[in-house]
Amino acid sequence: MSTATHAGFSLLANLPALQVVVPMVAAPICTFLRFRNGPWAFALLVSAAVFWIAVTLLQQVLTHGVISYEMGGWAPPIGIEYRIDEINAFVLLIVSGISLVALPYALRSVEREVPQDKHHLFYAAWLLCLCGMLGITITGDAFNIFVFLEISSLSTYMLIASGRDPRALTAAFQYLVLGTLGATFILIGVGLLYIMTGTLNIIDLADRLGPVSDTTSVRAAAAFLIVGIALKFALFPAHFWLPNGYAYSPSAVAVFLSATATKVSVYVLLRFEFTVFGGIEAFDDLHFARLLLPFAIAAFLVGSIAAIFQTDLKRLLAWSSIAQIGYMALGIGLGTPDGLTAGIVHMFNHALTKGALFMAAGAMFLSIGSTRITNLAGVGKTMPFTTLAFVLAGFSLIGVPTTSGFISKWYLVLAALQHGNAGYFLAGLVLFSSILAVIYIWRIVEVAYFREPAGGAVVKEAPLSMLLPLWALTLGCYFFGLETHYSVDIARQAAESLLGIAR
Amino acid sequence: MMSLETHIELALLIPLIGLIGIILTGRMPNVREGVTLVTATANAINVWAIFPAVQSGAQPSVTLFEMLPGLTVNFTIEPLGMMFAVIASTLWIVNSIYSIGYMRGNKEQNQTRFYACFALSISAAIGVAFAGNLLTLFIFYEILTLSTYPLVTHKGNEDAKRGGRTYLGILMATSIGLQLPAIIWTWHLTGTIDFVEGGTLLGKVQGVSAGLLLALYVYGIGKAALMPVHKWLPAAMVAPTPVSALLHAVAVVKAGVFSVIKIIVYVFGLELISTETATNWLVYAAAITLTLASLIAMNQDNLKRRLAYSTISQLSYVILGAALGTAMGVVGGGMHIAMHAAGKITLFFCAGAIYVALHKTEISDMKGIGRIMPVTTFCFMIGALSVIGIPPLGGSWSKFLLMVGAADAGFQFIIGVLIVSSLLNVAYLMPIPLRGFMLRPPGAGDGPIRRQEAPLACLIAICITASLTLVLFFIAGDIYDFLLPITIVGGG
Repeated sequence: MSTATHAGFSLLANLPALQVVVPMVAAPICTFLRFRNGPWAFALLVSAAVFWIAVTLLQQVLTHGVISYEMGGWAPPIGIEYRIDEINAFVLLIVSGISLVALPYALRSVEREVPQDKHHLFYAAWLLCLCGMLGITITGDAFNIFVFLEISSLSTYMLIASGRDPRALTAAFQYLVLGTLGATFILIGVGLLYIMTGTLNIIDLADRLGPVSDTTSVRAAAAFLIVGIALKFALFPAHFWLPNGYAYSPSAVAVFLSATATKVSVYVLLRFEFTVFGGIEAFDDLHFARLLLPFAIAAFLVGSIAAIFQTDLKRLLAWSSIAQIGYMALGIGLGTPDGLTAGIVHMFNHALTKGALFMAAGAMFLSIGSTRITNLAGVGKTMPFTTLAFVLAGFSLIGVPTTSGFISKWYLVLAALQHGNAGYFLAGLVLFSSILAVIYIWRIVEVAYFREPAGGAVVKEAPLSMLLPLWALTLGCYFFGLETHYSVDIARQAAESLLGIAR
Repeated sequence: MMSLETHIELALLIPLIGLIGIILTGRMPNVREGVTLVTATANAINVWAIFPAVQSGAQPSVTLFEMLPGLTVNFTIEPLGMMFAVIASTLWIVNSIYSIGYMRGNKEQNQTRFYACFALSISAAIGVAFAGNLLTLFIFYEILTLSTYPLVTHKGNEDAKRGGRTYLGILMATSIGLQLPAIIWTWHLTGTIDFVEGGTLLGKVQGVSAGLLLALYVYGIGKAALMPVHKWLPAAMVAPTPVSALLHAVAVVKAGVFSVIKIIVYVFGLELISTETATNWLVYAAAITLTLASLIAMNQDNLKRRLAYSTISQLSYVILGAALGTAMGVVGGGMHIAMHAAGKITLFFCAGAIYVALHKTEISDMKGIGRIMPVTTFCFMIGALSVIGIPPLGGSWSKFLLMVGAADAGFQFIIGVLIVSSLLNVAYLMPIPLRGFMLRPPGAGDGPIRRQEAPLACLIAICITASLTLVLFFIAGDIYDFLLPITIVGGG
């Protein structure tokens, strides 16, 4: 009896390590499971466990405050510290939750789009990618972030290239080149910080940067870090790897990556910008965060306009992602509690929305064999449930009230309005970009519902294993649009704790 | 006895239940139309059940969701919204009868989609009517736009698609581009988006900003069709006539002007509108629209397009009434919603009847129409006289009140504008029945002329709405008493 309690206790105490170790160990095991559906079932099981850990961690953080975990019992700043506060607990939840919802969906998509003899490798890469993203999020060590970034990037290249579409190879290569560039920049930035301070622990870094902050080295470190991270989360003008990467990869990969990968990079940006550099007075004159604003604005305008002119649904969604990343960057760039709340809550809301939209696109791809918009004529009649979910999630992308997208935009616009006349202009631009979203979503609606199907091959509704995750995310868009206590409250707490450390 | 709150929820739910019933019974047209009629009747009974309480001064309220503190989906019924809901739900019954005759008479395709979208539109219109804050109004306003789009493009040909694109483009762009920023601006200024007696903006905004905010609202509500955002209405005339009749003469356009009155009364407040000179531009804008639209109507040969421009002109009467900022103006404008609804739906019903029976759409082809379709043409004349404003028909009272309101506000020239506009109404509406009765149909020879009326269902509907214009003349006093409290702060 007492041993059982003891075991339970130690399990709970070691959750931060398990969050990363479980998928990491699971990945090589996965490669041995060569029987049909085995790797998939195993990955699903691991995802469920990881999700449970993330939920438990979030609860612990919300009730007991920040968790600091010493890896291997080595006290920080010598050892690696896993440090979990509101913001990364929230991101852990998003990443593991999306993986759990996307895996049931992946079953049929992967069967169709990935050769049978590579399934075990595919799911192993999936788990490694999950491990990498969770690791980036949970660690409190700057160099450790780089390590996990490489793990997630390398497995992402594999995932993108795993499909049958040969264009996926060039897309993966393009991403590989840019991703490596970004990772190298981040490594240089971290290296410079290490030279100046002699520490890699993030909290320790923030403490020790003060005296040396007004040096070229630290400024260069900041520049390298920001540019490197911007490359990873496809902020305009470093966005061009993203449309191909999402469009040519297997549908399930597009769902998983669009909903998680960029969010994690945004988190890293938040971490460096506010926790590490936030306390530095010398950077106040630089308006460090403000530097993001022009790129953010360009991102959401260019992304939305480009989305209107796409001929392929997946590419359209990918360009729209570039625009949505712009919104997040805008919220972060404003640097106020409302702005940060908007940026963080949009990470969550956009994960739901874009996940649902890519799922719908993938379901259409499975049934029709293409996502060219002209081939989707009449899909509203042949695949009514998929198309309806697409339209409903599309409303969330536009930001129609009652959807979660509206909540993000509401905070974003309010945050912009606090900045006087420039703020009015910004708010106007955000609304203008929403109208552009109406246009590109409506193009699909018109083709899907008001054109007759081309005839020929019989198009079937997507299988239940795809519809259920799709509708779960779609209804999630509405649930979190009407019931904002969870998402907004957590985001606000996260924003305040980020800014609180800064002051 | 159900609580008023339940009635409010039912008012939104009944059309949706009907919608499901319509889809499920889609393969059996007779059952499907039965479902539509039962739903419409149940809906009207339910809406009327709220009426006595509102008349005695109650303002029942239901909050469905609270998204963020202060941001809710809330329904609160005040007299104006009550009246709009009563009009929309009652005329839905009549319009359903008419639709059955029209859609079958014309052998239209996709009838299930037609009736389903219709039910959804009515639910949205009632949501607009009962909205207790700007956000709720905005949500249902958008649902109304989207649910009527398939109705506008019903025919599915290139013309219909082009019309639909104009319709959707203008309505969505103005609402998101102008109305939503106005709502956010209001929130920014006052911290609330609720409709409050006496308004919330008094003392919070003044001068050019007040005029600009009003402009964002009025042009953001594209459904009110104030020039230059009126183009969508003629474009929407590609829709089947029952749609033009109930939606583009009653539910959709009235949702627009209703929203304008509601915002002026409950967000700006009459005190702000009447004392702030920077908002006076709206009086002139409305006056210009109502005159210009009448002039354009005279040059339209297509009957439905002529009626559409006439609607644009009549909508500006309502906007004008609200813009005057006087009690008489607002009550006159509000009453005009009811009066014009009855008159214009009759005119559209007649236009549709002529199309079903004779397949004629152009006015120049309608010589002698009165000899072929005497009942229809007679009812057209009644409707026209009501729209012009001749006693003993409903339209005369609202115009009278608007003139009184204009005099109260010190805009004497408006009386002149209204008189000129009435003359223009005579000039573009009356020739149709007059030539119809006086002239012989071309090519009919000297012999007796064979009568050829529209299907019975259409005729019944036409007669009901035509008599309604007469009834409204006699109950105008009751409508006046019912609406007056909205203009008195603390009196409602």
